[in-house]
Amino acid sequence: MKLDLKKLKLRNINEQLQNVDRRVNDRNFTIINPEGNHAVCAGLTDEINVNIKGHVGYYCAGMNQKANITIEGNAGTGVAENMMSGKVHVKGNASQSAGATAHGGVLIIDGDASSRCGISMKGVDIIVKGSVGHMSGFMSQAGNLVVCGDAGEALGDSLYETNIYIRGKVKSLGADCVEKKMDKKHIKKLNLLLKQASIKNKKAESFKRYGSAKKLYNFKIDNISNY
Amino acid sequence: MCGIVGIYLKTTKFEIDLGRMLSGMLNNMESRGPDSAGFAIYKNSNKDEYKYSLCINDLDFNKFKNDISNKIKNFTLSQHSDHVVVKTTEIPKKFIKIINKEFRDVSLVGYGRSIEIFKQVGNPKDIVKKFNLESFSGTHGIGHTRMATESAITTDGSHPYSTGEDECLVHNGSLSNHNNLRRELKKKGNTFNSENDTEVAAGYVSNSLSNNNSLKDTLMSGLKDLDGFYTFITGTRNGFAVVRDEIACKPAVIAETNNYVAIASEFQAMAHLPDVNNAKIFEPEPGVVYSWGN
Repeated sequence: MKLDLKKLKLRNINEQLQNVDRRVNDRNFTIINPEGNHAVCAGLTDEINVNIKGHVGYYCAGMNQKANITIEGNAGTGVAENMMSGKVHVKGNASQSAGATAHGGVLIIDGDASSRCGISMKGVDIIVKGSVGHMSGFMSQAGNLVVCGDAGEALGDSLYETNIYIRGKVKSLGADCVEKKMDKKHIKKLNLLLKQASIKNKKAESFKRYGSAKKLYNFKIDNISNY
Repeated sequence: MCGIVGIYLKTTKFEIDLGRMLSGMLNNMESRGPDSAGFAIYKNSNKDEYKYSLCINDLDFNKFKNDISNKIKNFTLSQHSDHVVVKTTEIPKKFIKIINKEFRDVSLVGYGRSIEIFKQVGNPKDIVKKFNLESFSGTHGIGHTRMATESAITTDGSHPYSTGEDECLVHNGSLSNHNNLRRELKKKGNTFNSENDTEVAAGYVSNSLSNNNSLKDTLMSGLKDLDGFYTFITGTRNGFAVVRDEIACKPAVIAETNNYVAIASEFQAMAHLPDVNNAKIFEPEPGVVYSWGN
């Protein structure tokens, strides 16, 4: 079904996608003329496929559950923020805070993501084929952040249990973020993630893994200067 | 929150459409700044002539016309709602003195050989309409929609700020060291008409340009001297530049084609521009100065 954002109101389109009749077999939707609108496909809860033909604004696919959403263009701030499950695929670049606080599902970005990618992520898998900006993985708690390109300043600052895999250069590491050994289980997991994003020409072994040194994990008075 | 927009034309193709392109951008940015709006349009004119953009407020246009003709000779006047543009060969030093001394109710919004500048309190859509922005042509233009945070909703608090010949600046963000910087710039001879932080940034740029620094170098040193959150768009007679602070909380998107460079706080403000879907679209990186022209 084709939905035209030039003719229909955003609220009507989102309502329709949020209330898909479960008895109906047509689960493929296309949104045309998104024209940078905010909150396109926010709060979807069903296993449907949505293809957005063009660039979107802020918080596209926010709070997504189960839905498979493809953006054939760039995404503004906070794409797939607080996603619970499902899949969001950005074919262009993503702005800041991509996948912020997301609990689950997978976010694939074909281009670059700017600053604070995966900030406070809580279990989502984020795979960026390009590079990420500064403060990416800030206070990230769980899940995997995979970057095929470079990472900006203060990568993984104050992170908890997230695994960050970077193939290119890291400008600088944030507080308490350190390079860690790639064990077999990490290689296995990373290979799965790369496969999920259809990345065939990059081997898991060519990535470096970063995680928490756990020195700031709990409050220690000796570390007061680091806070 | 505020909305900032700008277009710099790389070719002459869209010169006639500049006002229309910019008005669509400003209208769209109403959601980011509903309380005031303004814009500057650059269009080269007769080289011996200056253009003075004045806000005459409640003053009757005919009375102003009559009064100004008693003070200066050889001028042309065009009215745009409560703004007028005076074209004359009178040099700025003399003209500004006359305005400040003889026309207490009139404020100078900006001047130069190329710039025309309009700003007022009110909804951006109304302001675009009342100044008939769609009818303007030119080489580059900059606009702003304001959601006031640190100073009052007044015409003086509206953007763009023009503190030098053919210069203007718009700002999304807030500066934290503007009071100190204002004092320093006053010592160097700058004058300020408001308590607004952005006017200080504009003054900083003017001061640096008057010391023969390039627009790019000026903004590079600004990254060190201006403390706070900002995305700035600045214009000069032939130049156009964008810079974001190193933290880059304030958004900006650039769309570049062979014919133009457009910048806006959000992509949706540019969605109506010709061929934008084939443009090179990117976010300006934190702490990097992007400039076109000179």
